Amino acid sequence: MGSAQMTEDMTGAPHEPGSQWYDQEAGPLVRPYAMTGGRTKPGPTGVRFDLIALVTLDVGAPDFDDDTGLGPEHRALIDLCRTETQSVAELAAGADLPLGVVRVLLGDLLELGCVTVSRPVPPAQLPDERILREVIEGLRAL
Amino acid sequence: MVSEHSDAEGGETTALALKILVAGGFGVGKTTMVGAVSEIRPLRTEELLSEAGQLVDDTDGVDQKVTTTVAMDFGRITIRSGLSLYLFGTPGQDRFWFLWDELSQGALGAVVLADTRRLEDCFPAVDYFEHRHIPFVVAVNCFAGARSYGARDVSRALDLDPGTPVVLCDARDRDSGKEVLIRLVEYAGRMHTARMLDSVG
Repeated sequence: MGSAQMTEDMTGAPHEPGSQWYDQEAGPLVRPYAMTGGRTKPGPTGVRFDLIALVTLDVGAPDFDDDTGLGPEHRALIDLCRTETQSVAELAAGADLPLGVVRVLLGDLLELGCVTVSRPVPPAQLPDERILREVIEGLRAL
Repeated sequence: MVSEHSDAEGGETTALALKILVAGGFGVGKTTMVGAVSEIRPLRTEELLSEAGQLVDDTDGVDQKVTTTVAMDFGRITIRSGLSLYLFGTPGQDRFWFLWDELSQGALGAVVLADTRRLEDCFPAVDYFEHRHIPFVVAVNCFAGARSYGARDVSRALDLDPGTPVVLCDARDRDSGKEVLIRLVEYAGRMHTARMLDSVG
């Protein structure tokens, strides 16, 4: 609030915690949602993708190379899915984008029918014993 | 409706991902453990605080806030084609608690890493998982130079619910990490069965 004046005493000594060379006037330094056209939530479908929801490229998907209005980030995600089915977390790491941004972009791809997204295991509901057994044996065999 | 891919009847063809959390105090070896067992180099993903915490966002799409990010490390173990295990190291600092809610959603269980020199660092994680009835094991990372305690001592010191497994481990060691995960999955299975019996009668 108040004065947006920058102090001139840049003595090199650290100022009080939290004080930085820029202030509110500088505006946001990071605009991650520029890539999503300002949207912070996935489209009207309202799906919130779990971190480990698996994203698969839809085999019957339309041709992405035509003018679908997809941005480079959308295409980056499609390319990542092309290699293999991946979790939302992996896609975020692979595309080097924040999770929130990836969720919005995936919402677009889902609506366009480019990808399918697996539903994660519902909370408090474990997979059946056969799967757990498989996991244990798989871990032993590693 | 969205075409969500949830063909349970698809059997083996349906890809299934399971999630395990690795929690514990700052510097206790969470990322080390994730890295030791993961088949991929641990990846790092970032969540934007302004959106994750519902602290802001009433400006609806207008980027008012300088975003802070919190990083989460994760790794993957492929059990077989179509069945993988994801490990997530939880953010160490307390102010990121709200992220735990998302992380623990649908989680198979959790590993709480403990360091006997700073046992109190893992209290919050133990509390968190106990209150939410999320199956967890306590894995005591046996740092060189630390006095070694038995699993029972640790269990008592942490006042764990009876039955909660305590495992001694070396977070850097792959086999040791595997063993911890196996104990967790076994325990999660037992908890689940017990709960089902409870609900039946």
